[in-house]
Amino acid sequence: MKRWQFIAPLALFVVLLGFLGVGLNLNPREVPSPLINKPAPDFALPRLDDPSQTIALKDLAGRVWMLNVWASWCVACREEHPLLVDYSRRATVPLYGLNYKDTRADALAWLARFGNPYTASLSDTKGLVGIDFGVYGVPETFIIDKQGVVRFKHIGPVTPQVLHERIEPLLKELNA
Amino acid sequence: MLKLLMAALLACAAWGASAKDAPQVAEDPALEKRTLAVAAELRCLVCQNQTIADSNAGLAVDLRNQVREMLRAGKSEREIVDYMTARYGDFVLYRPPVKNTTALLWFGPPLLLGAGLVTLWLVLRRRSRLGADQFEPDDADDTDNLPPDEAALRKDPAR
Repeated sequence: MKRWQFIAPLALFVVLLGFLGVGLNLNPREVPSPLINKPAPDFALPRLDDPSQTIALKDLAGRVWMLNVWASWCVACREEHPLLVDYSRRATVPLYGLNYKDTRADALAWLARFGNPYTASLSDTKGLVGIDFGVYGVPETFIIDKQGVVRFKHIGPVTPQVLHERIEPLLKELNA
Repeated sequence: MLKLLMAALLACAAWGASAKDAPQVAEDPALEKRTLAVAAELRCLVCQNQTIADSNAGLAVDLRNQVREMLRAGKSEREIVDYMTARYGDFVLYRPPVKNTTALLWFGPPLLLGAGLVTLWLVLRRRSRLGADQFEPDDADDTDNLPPDEAALRKDPAR
C-alpha cells in the first residue's frame, strides 16, 4: 500500500509526460484533409496564360497529375519554387498550378521572374475552387490518381525530403 | 469656436474608424445574424483560435461570404456545416461530433473528474474508519508547522 503511494503519482506523471511529449511534436497547422481517398472536387477554370481556354477536372481524367496551389503574394511559394522548377524538368506527371486569389498580371510577372514549372496554371481569382479543395495555407500540393481520386496532400512548401520520400514513391506506384 | 473644431475633428475620426472597420454585411440584418451564428461555430484554419465570424483573415472572409451565399440560396445550417466538414474536416467545428476518434475529447474530462471524486471518497472513508488513536494528537504547544506569526499568536494570545 505504502509503495503504491509513490508509484501511482510517478506513473501518472510519466503518462502525462508522454502525452505532452507527443503533443509537442504534432504540428497543429497540419490538419488532416478529409479529401484524401475521395474524388477530387469538380472544377472548370480559365488558363492563366490564355483565359479564353478552360481546363476542367474531366480533361485530366485517366492520368496521374499533381496540383500545386500558389500565388504571387505567397512568400512560402517562392521558397518551394526552385524545387518545383527543377523537378518539372524530370517530372513523370503533369504539374498543374492553381493560381489562388491572385491577379493575372501579378501571376504572369511572377512566373516570368522565377520560372514556370507548370504544365498549365488555372486562375482561381475568387478562391472558390481553393475552398472546394480545402485550401487554407498556400502553398499546398495534391496528387490525383487516374481515377480522379485525391491520394496525397501536402500543406506548406514542398521540401526535397517530402519530394523524395513521399511524392516520388507515390507517383511511381500510381503510374505502375 | 475651439469646441466646434474639436467636435468636427472627433466626428471625422469616428467616421473614419467606422468606415475602415465596417465589415461586409448583407443588406438583410436577419440573414446577417444567421450568417454570424453559423460562422461562430466554424474555426478559421488560418488563425486557429478564432472563429470565422471573428477573424478577418482572407480565408475567413471568403468562408463567411460562402456561408451567407448558401443561406441566401436557402441551404440549412446543417447543410452548410456538412459542406465545410467535407472540405476541411471535423477540425473546422468548434463542437466536434461525438464519435470514436473524439470520444476521449468529450468524455475525458468527466472521466477524470469522476476518478478524482472516487479517490477522494475512498481516502475520506478510510480515514473516517480509523480510530482516533491513529492520528497524531493536536498539541497546543506544537507550533513547528505553523507560519511564524501564527505561531507567535498561539504562544502569546494576548498580543
